[in-house]
Order: sequence, then structure tokens, then C-alpha cells
Amino acid sequence: MKNLSLGDKIFDVVNYLIMIFLSIITLYPFLYVLAVSLNDPFDAIKGGITIFPRVFTLDNYKEVFNYPTIGQATLISVLRTLIGTLLSVLSTAMVAYVLSRKDFFARKFITTLFIITMYVGGGLVPEYLLIRGLGLMNNFLVYILPGLISPFNIILIRAYIDTLPTELQESAMIDGANDLVIFFRIIFPLCIPVLATIALFVAVGHWNSWFDTYLYCGGNKYLTTLQYELQKILANAAASSTTIDYYSNLDPTRTMRVTPQSLRMAMTIVTTLPIVFVYPFLQKYFIKGMTLGAVRT
Amino acid sequence: MEHIIKTIRKQKYLILMILPFVIWLIIFRYIPLWGWITAFQNYKPGIPITQQQWVGLKYFREMFSDPEFYLVMRNTLAMSILGLIFGFPLPIILAILINEIRHIAFKRTVQTISYLPHFVSWVIVASIVHAMLAPDGVVNYFLMKIGLIKQPILFFGDPKYFWWIVVFSDIWKEIGWNTIIFLAAITAINPELYEAAEVDGASRFRKIWHITLPGIMPTVIVILILCIGNIINIGFERQFLLRTSAVRNVSDVIDLYALDYGIRAGRFSFGTAAGIFKSVISLFLLFSANKLSKKITGYKII
Repeated sequence: MKNLSLGDKIFDVVNYLIMIFLSIITLYPFLYVLAVSLNDPFDAIKGGITIFPRVFTLDNYKEVFNYPTIGQATLISVLRTLIGTLLSVLSTAMVAYVLSRKDFFARKFITTLFIITMYVGGGLVPEYLLIRGLGLMNNFLVYILPGLISPFNIILIRAYIDTLPTELQESAMIDGANDLVIFFRIIFPLCIPVLATIALFVAVGHWNSWFDTYLYCGGNKYLTTLQYELQKILANAAASSTTIDYYSNLDPTRTMRVTPQSLRMAMTIVTTLPIVFVYPFLQKYFIKGMTLGAVRT
Repeated sequence: MEHIIKTIRKQKYLILMILPFVIWLIIFRYIPLWGWITAFQNYKPGIPITQQQWVGLKYFREMFSDPEFYLVMRNTLAMSILGLIFGFPLPIILAILINEIRHIAFKRTVQTISYLPHFVSWVIVASIVHAMLAPDGVVNYFLMKIGLIKQPILFFGDPKYFWWIVVFSDIWKEIGWNTIIFLAAITAINPELYEAAEVDGASRFRKIWHITLPGIMPTVIVILILCIGNIINIGFERQFLLRTSAVRNVSDVIDLYALDYGIRAGRFSFGTAAGIFKSVISLFLLFSANKLSKKITGYKII
């Protein structure tokens, strides 16, 4: 290690301080929500909670698990994430494979059809009318079908397939394998690294989405998702935080065990946890995925 | 003819594999585009689109004479431009600073932490922001503690805070994630340049200024142009989730306008017209940006 000049040392110290500050700014809001969610709801109204709960309780979480729709909302969230991700990855890989085949006669045309949709879409209202026209309102399929394939992911997978040696496909063809067999037996297994990256992103997208529930399935209490339930609680709370009567609906003499605010905090933590659990896996893959995308731009 | 049949027979499995998805593409991506013609009709649900009554540009005229339309355009542009001014330079600065960290484990940790909020939904972020900025939230507590204010500020009760809340909650969520592309650009810089500068006794600042910054400039320009091309596409999730009835005048953006007046009020033709307006402006901006990019940097972004 060579000698650092004074300027370099100051730079390092300031830089480290900035990074520590950034990390605190990033993590603190989660910590704050966690503290409030573990604090007695009627004590929390007094404010002043910063890092640790002041009056510890698990009541807010008990209330979350007693929340009438929580079980089915969790189930739907998990189902849409699993089924949606699986189908999405399989479909996108299949399209990417066919479009990677230089001998496929409609390759250019279909590629263009997909690429166009990256730049122009029908918009909110025509899509809504389409879903209604197809009878997909209040239907689980509305979570899976409209977002099934993303052109960007096709490009990522196709770029990956292009890096695989063509001899693999050629020798399989000589052995008499048809295109289906080549895809499922050779291409798909070889693409696992890129497919894992995409699957994680798609899964996070499914887990995080709420607007499709709001727009298409809000009326069906058996099809709501966790994010949507949280959004509903948030909307109620937001409506009451605008005026000075913020506290008026939180009369402690009522027999309510928790306040909407505290319930929301606990629900926020419960909804965030799965992301935190898969995050280490995401970490491993997403840099690869991002740089793949960056090369194209 | 025979040639075509032969090709189809030879590629039957390929066709079988892609056909369902071409049908999917037409239904879910092209039929909504075809639905644009409802903007020129007096659309009534239940009647086939070809038998609707034509009204020409009636809904566009209505939109352009609606004061609220100008309000939502103002809000869209304001939040977009504020987001660009504050949100664009920060990830570049952060990427350069992260790159200067010598301690590898510390660098990894900072990166891991800073990417995390990107993966959390806007519902959660909005919930956190509402909690922190509530009258009994920690921000008001802190401001009162250091004596800046005497009464809690109603952050969501006063329109003057809303744009800043939207812009800075977005920066909080995405700043780390947005460094990735610049960090990738920095790693592509030839290390010999730094070695040569070191031999010449250049300081850290000089190396950043004369090597790192020029090295990532093409990426910076491409991303900037891309951002400008997307200036009208700011989405609506943040605004939808953060807005309260007290700040409607400053919170509603073009997509929310289409949502509230198009879908909720059942005025489908009007909502479609608003959507078309947005798409056309956005395409125009994107293509202009692309031209500009080709001219300045030689890179095409589309």
C-alpha cells in the first residue's frame, strides 16, 4: 500500500461518511415502520417513536392475522407469483428460442411485432375495455395473461441463446431431434442462468403489483392480493391524515384493539418480508441481468 | 407455393411453439391499439366497435377546452422535470463515489443496501412515506425536537409539499438502483488511464474529473436523452398512492386524468382520447430524443 496524501485521506473519510449516511437513510424508514408496528397502537399516537418501540406489543401483528381477508389475499398473492412467473418464463423462453432461429421464416416479422409494443401501447382505457370484453373481470387469469410476455425479456433470452454454440443444436438435429425436443432438452436447460434472473424479476413484479387487482378484481373479495389490501388500508388512512381531525377517528375509548395506522404498519412489514427474504438471491442475479440489458443500450 | 408448404412442414414445431403467443400478442397488445378508434366515436358499451356512432374530434376538442386537462399537464411536467433535475445527477455522483471505495466488503454492503428499495412496491413505499410524514410521524417529531417548528406540519394537507414528496420518495427508492448502469460504464474505462495518471501524480479529484467523468459521458448523455424522451411517461402509481383529497390540484397526472374521467366516470371515449394524446407526445419525444442522441453521441437508443 503506498502512502496516501492528506487530500486522499480526507476524500476517503468524507466518502465513507456519505456512504454510511446513505445506508442509514435507506434502511431507517423500514426500521421506523418496524418500531411503530411493534409499539402499542394508542401509545404510538403520541408520536416520538424513533428507533425502538416504546411500549412493546404484538397486538398489531395479531390483528393482521385476524384481518378478515388476510388468508385468501396471501394465497392469491403467492399463487399469482408462482403460476404467473412459471408461465411467463416458459412462454418468453419459447418465443425467444423460435425468434433466435435464423432459419425461421417469420422471424423478422414477428420480432418487429413484439418490438413495436415496447414503444406504443393502447393505454389505460382500451386495455380496460379489452379485459372487460374478454370477460376477465374478477377472474384470476387477469393476473397471468395480460403481462405474460415482455419484449425486453425476449431480447435478453435471445441474446443469451445466441451465445450458445450452434453445434449443440446441429448435432441434435442430425440425431433426428425435432425443434420441440431441442428446445426442452437442450436450450431450456442451458438457459437456466438467464431464466433464473428473469424469473426473479417477474416474481417480484407479480408480488408487488396491486393496480390490476384495483382495476379488475377489486369487487371480488376472493381475488384480492396482499398489496391491494395494504393499498386499501393506506387509502383509508390517507383520507384521514389530511386534516387536523387526524385523531378524531382514533377514539381510544372505543373497543378497538388497534388503530388503522398501526395495523397498516404491521401489514407493511408483513408484505415487505418476502422481498427481504428473496433479496439475497436477487442480488446474485440482477447485476448480470442489468449489464446484459445495458450492453444493448 | 410448393416452397411455402415445404417451409411450413419443415418448421411446423417452431410455428406450433410461437403461434399461441402471436395470438396473445394480437389480443393483448394490438386490439387495445385498434381500440384507439373509440376516441373518435361516441362509445357505448355493448355495441360492436364498427357500429358505434362517429363523432370525429369531439372528445379531443372537449379535452383541450377542459381547464383540468391543463392542470394535469402542468402537474405531469412539473413532477417529471423536478424528478429529472434532482433525480438524474444524484445516481451519477453516487456511482462515482461508490467506485472510489477501496474496501471491497464495504463497497458490496453499500451497494446491497442501496439497491433494496427498488424491489419494494410503491404501495409499501407510500405507506412508509405516509407514516413518516404523519403529524405523529418521526419527521415532525424530529423537526419539533430541533426547534424548527412548533406545530406538526400536515405534509399531506398542504399542496405545496406534494411534488417534493413524490420526487424525493422516488429518488429514495431508485437512487441506488440507477447507479448500476453508471458503475458498469466506469468498469469499462481502461485502467491504464488511471495508472498513467497516478504516475503523473494526479489527485483523486483530478482522476475523477479527467478520466472517470469523460469515460462515462456517452452513457450519461444516452440516459439523459432517454429520460427526456420519457418525460411525459411518469406513470401514476406514486401520485395515486400518495395523493390525498387535499392535494388533488397538484397530484393528478395525465394517466390519473384518464383513469378518473375515463374509467371511473365511464367516459371511455374521452379517456381513450387522453391516452392517445399522451402516446403521441411520448412517441414524438422518443423519436426526437433518438435523433438527438444519434447526432450528439452516435448511439441510437431505439
